[in-house]
Amino acid sequence: MKFSEQTEAKLARLVESYPPDHRRSALVPMLLFIQDEVGAVTPQVVEEVCARLGISPLEVEEVVSYYSMLRREPAGRYHIQICTNISCMLVGGAELFEHACRKLGIGNHGVTEDGMFSLEEVECIGACCWGPALQVNYDYHHHVTPEAFDRLIEQLRGNGLKQRGT
Amino acid sequence: MPEPIRLTIDGRSVEVEPGTLVIEAARRVGIKIPSFCYYEGLSLAGACRMCLVEVEKMPKLQTACTLAAAPGMVVRTDTPQVAEARRAMVEFLLTNHPLDCPVCDKGGECELQDMAFRYGAAESRYREAKHHVPEQQWSPVVYYDRPRCILCYRCVRVCDEGMGVGALGVVNRGGRSEIAPNRGDHLECDECGACIDICPVGALTSGMYRYHTRPWEMAHIGTICAFCADGCKTTLGVYHNRIIRGNNRDRSGLNGEFLCIKGRYAADFPHHAERLSSPLVRRDGRLVRATWAEALALVESRFREALASGAPIGIIGSNHTTNEENYYLQKLARQGLRTPHLDHPRTGDLPALMAAVAGREAALARIEDLYAARAVLVAGADLAQQHPLLSWQIRANWRHHQARVYVVSCGPVREDRYAARSVRVAAGRELEGILGLEESLRTEPELVVVFGEAIQGEQVARLVAFGDSLGIPVKYVCLVDYANSRGAADMGLLPDLGPGYQPLERSGMALDEMLECADLAVLWIVGANPLAGGVRPPARFLVVQDLFLTDTARRADVVLPAASAYEKEGTVTNVCGEVQRLRGAVSVAGAKTDLEIFTLLARRLGLETGPVTWEKLLDEISSSVPGYQVSAAALRAGVPQQVRPPRQASPSRRGKVRSARDTLFTSGTLGRYAAILSAVREAPGELYRG
Repeated sequence: MKFSEQTEAKLARLVESYPPDHRRSALVPMLLFIQDEVGAVTPQVVEEVCARLGISPLEVEEVVSYYSMLRREPAGRYHIQICTNISCMLVGGAELFEHACRKLGIGNHGVTEDGMFSLEEVECIGACCWGPALQVNYDYHHHVTPEAFDRLIEQLRGNGLKQRGT
Repeated sequence: MPEPIRLTIDGRSVEVEPGTLVIEAARRVGIKIPSFCYYEGLSLAGACRMCLVEVEKMPKLQTACTLAAAPGMVVRTDTPQVAEARRAMVEFLLTNHPLDCPVCDKGGECELQDMAFRYGAAESRYREAKHHVPEQQWSPVVYYDRPRCILCYRCVRVCDEGMGVGALGVVNRGGRSEIAPNRGDHLECDECGACIDICPVGALTSGMYRYHTRPWEMAHIGTICAFCADGCKTTLGVYHNRIIRGNNRDRSGLNGEFLCIKGRYAADFPHHAERLSSPLVRRDGRLVRATWAEALALVESRFREALASGAPIGIIGSNHTTNEENYYLQKLARQGLRTPHLDHPRTGDLPALMAAVAGREAALARIEDLYAARAVLVAGADLAQQHPLLSWQIRANWRHHQARVYVVSCGPVREDRYAARSVRVAAGRELEGILGLEESLRTEPELVVVFGEAIQGEQVARLVAFGDSLGIPVKYVCLVDYANSRGAADMGLLPDLGPGYQPLERSGMALDEMLECADLAVLWIVGANPLAGGVRPPARFLVVQDLFLTDTARRADVVLPAASAYEKEGTVTNVCGEVQRLRGAVSVAGAKTDLEIFTLLARRLGLETGPVTWEKLLDEISSSVPGYQVSAAALRAGVPQQVRPPRQASPSRRGKVRSARDTLFTSGTLGRYAAILSAVREAPGELYRG
């Protein structure tokens, strides 16, 4: 499996940052970089990562099944993660999540039919002072009311498929 | 030696080496701190939190399994706070644990059960529905029951670190975490069952034992594994005269907790449906059942005829019979039947090694040396396949002591992964490969050399001369295939050497020569199958003594049903020359021990009077066989006794050395009758592929 020049450069730097007998330490960031490009940790990705790091598929499986940020199925172009943990919940995070479900017509871990949006209810994203907070791909949005959410969705729709990740 | 550290545990002063963990320091003075995830010899997990203790000046309870003892440390394991923590941990571990102890295989020998009994609360406050996951079968050997699992990671660590296989992992997170096999829904591994025995609960169970019986209903008999030459102690669980399982959970014997699939699960062969239960004699070209009296009378008459006419008698001995049986057989052959034609299927060139190191007390390595030596060289063998205990020891040595491991082989082996140097050579060029390592080996403080049949004949002497030239202490292990291959050679089942590798005035025919000799009046084959796939030897009368109707037995004129190693008392000698005691676990109707058959024949021929016991024979061996001065009392107490190389010894100049090159899942003819070995589908080691 070959990735874009940019990703390959990142991966090359990554592998070099660990001693030769600790290459497996590169596993988590490597999976994240590749997921950003491919959209998910597919069986082909697992195979490729095993070959590059000299580890077994089971070792990759352990990590992928543990971290919720690693996905086996591609998310939408805009992956929306809404925090419903205590701080956000107190200021309407749960309601925001329910609103988002209605607005997008999908549930937790769902993807809209056009592949534009996916939704995920997440634990604390470290933006407690600015709740309710959500993340679109790697971008944070603070004090998100249902109205602000609708505006955000319209704006992202306007962007179309131009942007992926950051 | 670094200065020892002094600390106080429960008011008792303890002195330990720096680096000792508090849990170990406590054990040293007889204070048992409960733990699940902690397992001596494996990496630390700190996962179960059962071992919490109070340490003065530390604000919270500490896990004794990850805390290194420090000078002046004051530890308490018996305070109300510790007791409460333990009770809470047991309660927590039991939240999702099913209360199926009455049908769980582990019931009665379960660490969680024991801890709930000792430290747990009488009531559970958990009222939610339990999270159930159906049981999974991962291989013919391994079953996994997720709800019983307490996620201590012992299985994961023993497979990865101990076995060097790494077939188990932990997937998912939190309450949904579970152990997973390496091939999605099944395992591809050594199928050794170490994960099952090390499991503190009934989460991992074995296909052989599960739902058969209760631990307290079995007799537990510690004996020596009947398969390869490593000499692992296995404790057989016997219920109603059937062997239900083998294990070594008490970590006794020279193998510690190690056993491979053969030691744990291949012990069902004594009960195989094809086990011979009566003598057979050939009538009108067919083998038919006969009484012992008829069969023995027939053999007696043929021996008498041969003795009267002076026609030669040939005898082929076994790699599986005891030292006492082998010793008695060679005596019966040489002194009673007055024949020099005696041999056994040889699988390693022991006589050559004994001749090369004769008189040197410290030239032979013991199993524990492979764990302790600073450097080990493995030549011409895939130990993980053929000698899994040696492989385990060397791996542990590398993990715990950073031993330097050298490999010379014609294909990839498991040791490659951590070897200081791996050298690939064409088959047959192993010695040259070793000589090429001279510069590196010279820098080692000491060395153990483990070599297979690839190095034999005069190459062995060259190897030892090379070892001498290094100027460091060198010990050797000559690999042989089966449970008492070493003992067969030591006891002189050889055409030109007597017990203790002493040269004989009159040498006889070697195995291959006997199989081709048309002059033999009688060929007596004891516990060997040299005619696998071949034709009947031209001897006029063929007597075969074995457990099964093997390829060889099918061609016999008389077949005598023999008892297996699990049905007899005596001693066997492992690949390192360590003598250990066999203990009879079961009896199989119709079969007699080889020793009994020998003495019955001897008595009929007027060669033996009075009873012959293995103890008496061991006394005789110990007083007459060079190097075999072993203590019978120590053997009885279960202490392995290493024999020494004889003061003088000769190489054998007749016959061939051929290893069967078994894998983890084969073991010569015997292995065919162990159901589990043919039930698993793993590929054999790389070295023997294709």
